[in-house]
Amino acid sequence: MKPITKALVFFLAVIAPLVIITFALRQPSEDRTRINELRERYTKGHQPGVDHGKFAILQQNFDNPHQITAACLSCHTERGHELLNSPHFTWEREDFIPGKGVVYIGKKNLINNFCTGVQSNEGSCMKCHAGYGWNDKSFDFNNPFNIDCVVCHDNTGTYQKATGMAGYPVMGENGPDFKAILASVGQPASQNCGNCHFFGGGGNNVKHGDLEVALLTAGRQVDVHMGVDGIHMKCVDCHTAENHKMKGRYFGITATGNNRLSCEDCHTSTPHVRSILNEHTIKVSCQACHIPVYAKVNATKMNWDWSTATKKLDGKGFEVKDEDGNIIYTSAKGDFKWEKNVKPEYAWFNGTADHLLTTDKIDTTEKVLKINKLFGDYKDKNSKIVPVKVHRGRQPYDPETLHILQAKLWDRSQGQGALWLDLNWDSAIIKGMEYAGLPYSGKYAFIDTEVYLPVNHMVSPGQEAVSCKECHTRSNEGRLAGLNDFYMPGRDRNKTADMAGRLLLILSFAGVAGHAGIRFMAARKNRKNA
Amino acid sequence: MNKHKKVYIYKGFERFWHWNQSLLIFILAITGFEIHSSYNLLGYDTAVDIHNKAAWGFIILIVFAIFWHFTTGEWKQYLPTTENLKAQLDFYLFGIFRNAPHPTKKTVLSKLNPLQRLVYLGLKILVIPIMVTTGLAYMFYRYPQGDKIEATNIQNLELVAVLHTLGAFVLLSFVVVHLYLITTGHTVTSNLKAMITGWEELEEEGQSDETKKEDAL
Repeated sequence: MKPITKALVFFLAVIAPLVIITFALRQPSEDRTRINELRERYTKGHQPGVDHGKFAILQQNFDNPHQITAACLSCHTERGHELLNSPHFTWEREDFIPGKGVVYIGKKNLINNFCTGVQSNEGSCMKCHAGYGWNDKSFDFNNPFNIDCVVCHDNTGTYQKATGMAGYPVMGENGPDFKAILASVGQPASQNCGNCHFFGGGGNNVKHGDLEVALLTAGRQVDVHMGVDGIHMKCVDCHTAENHKMKGRYFGITATGNNRLSCEDCHTSTPHVRSILNEHTIKVSCQACHIPVYAKVNATKMNWDWSTATKKLDGKGFEVKDEDGNIIYTSAKGDFKWEKNVKPEYAWFNGTADHLLTTDKIDTTEKVLKINKLFGDYKDKNSKIVPVKVHRGRQPYDPETLHILQAKLWDRSQGQGALWLDLNWDSAIIKGMEYAGLPYSGKYAFIDTEVYLPVNHMVSPGQEAVSCKECHTRSNEGRLAGLNDFYMPGRDRNKTADMAGRLLLILSFAGVAGHAGIRFMAARKNRKNA
Repeated sequence: MNKHKKVYIYKGFERFWHWNQSLLIFILAITGFEIHSSYNLLGYDTAVDIHNKAAWGFIILIVFAIFWHFTTGEWKQYLPTTENLKAQLDFYLFGIFRNAPHPTKKTVLSKLNPLQRLVYLGLKILVIPIMVTTGLAYMFYRYPQGDKIEATNIQNLELVAVLHTLGAFVLLSFVVVHLYLITTGHTVTSNLKAMITGWEELEEEGQSDETKKEDAL
C-alpha cells in the first residue's frame, strides 16, 4: 500500500467513524422554546374584563355579609349553585377508598394529627370556611347566601374573617372598607388562597411546610414559580378552575386522584436535555428531585404530642417558646417539634390514598397509626416516588372501642368542656364525641400517629435539584434509603456476588504475584547454575 | 534452538481493535465500579455519562471485530483444542521456571496456545455477550409503567445488575492475569512489542506462503 492510500484508509476507517460517533453522542443543545412560551404566557397576567367598582349594587351599605352574597349572585346567577357543590364550601366530597368503597370525606368529618378535627370546634375552625355562620350542625349547606364570595375574590388584601365567629367578618365601623373591597373583586390573588392555606394547622406553615406567607414576598430561590424576582406566578395560574372546580388535590383529605394537578401539564414528562433524567420521570415525580428541601423560610411543625397537654404551672396553663419564637409547649396543645429546611421523606404514590374514618377500628398491634396512607409501590405502573412531609403525632384514642377520638377543643367561654380553655381531657372528649355522634367508652389513651402530606410547592431552581449521589449511595443517609422494594444502582448490591467477585480478583492478584515470585527465584537459580 | 524470523503476526485492525478494547475496558471498569458505589472518583453523573458512551464505543468496536473475524477467517484461531492443553498447563506451572521451551509453536495461522484459545473463546462467547446484553438491558429496560412497551418492562433490575457486576469482576481478573502473562513470551517484552508493532520473532518453521502474501499487503 502506498503511504497516501494507507493514510486515507486510516482516516476513513478510524478517524471518520470516531468523529461521527463523537457527534452522535454529544449532548444535544438545550431547547428553551417550551419554557420561554410558558414564561411569556404567565408573565402577562390576567386582564379582568369587568371593573366591579362601576356597579352601584356593590356600593351599598350592607348590614350583613349575606346581603353581599345576594348582590354577587344577582349577576352571577349560577355561581351559587357551583359553590354549594364545591369542597371549599361543603368541606366534604364523595370519594372512593380502595377496600372501603364509596365514602363521604373531607375536613368536615376526618381526623388528623394537627388540631385533630373540626367537629364541635366549628365556631373557630370556620374562620377558614368559604361561608358565613357554620357554627354547628344547624348550618344550612343549601342556602347560597351562606357562601362567602369575598374571601376568595377580594383583591385589596384587606378582607378578614373574625376569629371565633364561624366565618363571619366584622361589619360596620370596626370592619374593613367593604366599598373598596367590592370594587376590587376579581380573580383570586395568592394572598386570598394563603389566608387559609398558609395557616393550616393553626399558624403560618404549621401544616404543609411548603405553603406559607413567605411565598408572597420570597424570591425564586424559595419558589421558582412564585418568586417575586421571577415569573411571580399566582396560585390560580396552576390551580385553575372551571365552574369553581379547582385543579389540584390535597391527599390529607382526598382518596382518589381525579382532577389532580401535575408539573407535566406544563413541562411535559420529558423536559430534560439528558435522556437519563427523562427516563427517571417514569418512576420519579418531578417534585422528588426539584424540591430538595421545604420550609425554606419559616419552620414547619413536624411533631405534635397531645399527651403532654393540660399541664399547669401555679394552677394555670403556660407556654414555652424556642429561640426562634416557635411555641414548643402549651398546656392547651402539648409538645411541638419544628423544623426548617427539611429534607422530605419519600414514598411511592399512585394518586390514591387511604383515610382513617372515625368509624374505623384501630389496629393497635401496629406501632404507628397511619391516619392517611398513600397507596403505591414499585411494581404499580401508576406509582411514582414523591416527596412527603410526614407529620408525626400522639393523640387520644379509645382503648375499648378502638376508635380515634374527637375532642372538643374550642369554645367562646370556659366551662363548656373545651380543652383549650378548661385543660381537662375527660370533659373535652365526652363533649367532642357526643357532638360527633360517636360512641365513647369513657376511657382514653394516646397513640402515635402519622399523616402523609405530599410536598408540591417550594420548587427550587433547576441547578439546585437533588443530585444523583443523594439517592445512588450506599449510605443510610441516602434520600431513598427507606424505599427498599426495588434494586437501585449505586445503593444496592448483591453482597454474595460482590464477595465472589472480590475473591476472584484477589486470587488473580495472588496467583500472579506467586507465579512471578517463583519465576524470579527460579531465574536467579538457573543463572547461578549456568 | 530453532532459527527465528521476524513475522508480521498482528495486523493493523487487530492491533487497533485490541488496544481500543483494552482502553474501553479500563474506562468501563473505572466508571462502572464508581456507579456500583465502590468509590467516588469522577462524580456519579459523569461516571454514568462516560460509562454509557464508552459502552456504545465498545459495541461498535465489537461489531467491527466480528466482521473482521469472519471475513478474514481469524475466528478459527479460537477453535478450542485439547492438543497440547496439558503440556501448556505444565509449562505455566513447571516448565517456565526451568526455562523450558514453549510447548505450542506460535504461527500466523495459530497464534494462540490451547489455554488462550479456551479463555479467549470463553470471553467472546460468554463474558462479553453477557456484559453487552445486561448492559443493553440496563440502558433500555423500562420500569413497570402504564401503556408503554410492555415487553421491555423489568420487574426487577437485580438479576441484570448482578450479572453485569459479576461479569465486570471476571473481566477485571482476566485483565490482571493477562497483563502478567504478557511477560511470559520469549523475552519479557516480546509479546507486548508484537502487539504494538505487529511484528514478532517466531520460530521459522511456522512460516507459510500465505502469511508472506499477507505480509506483502
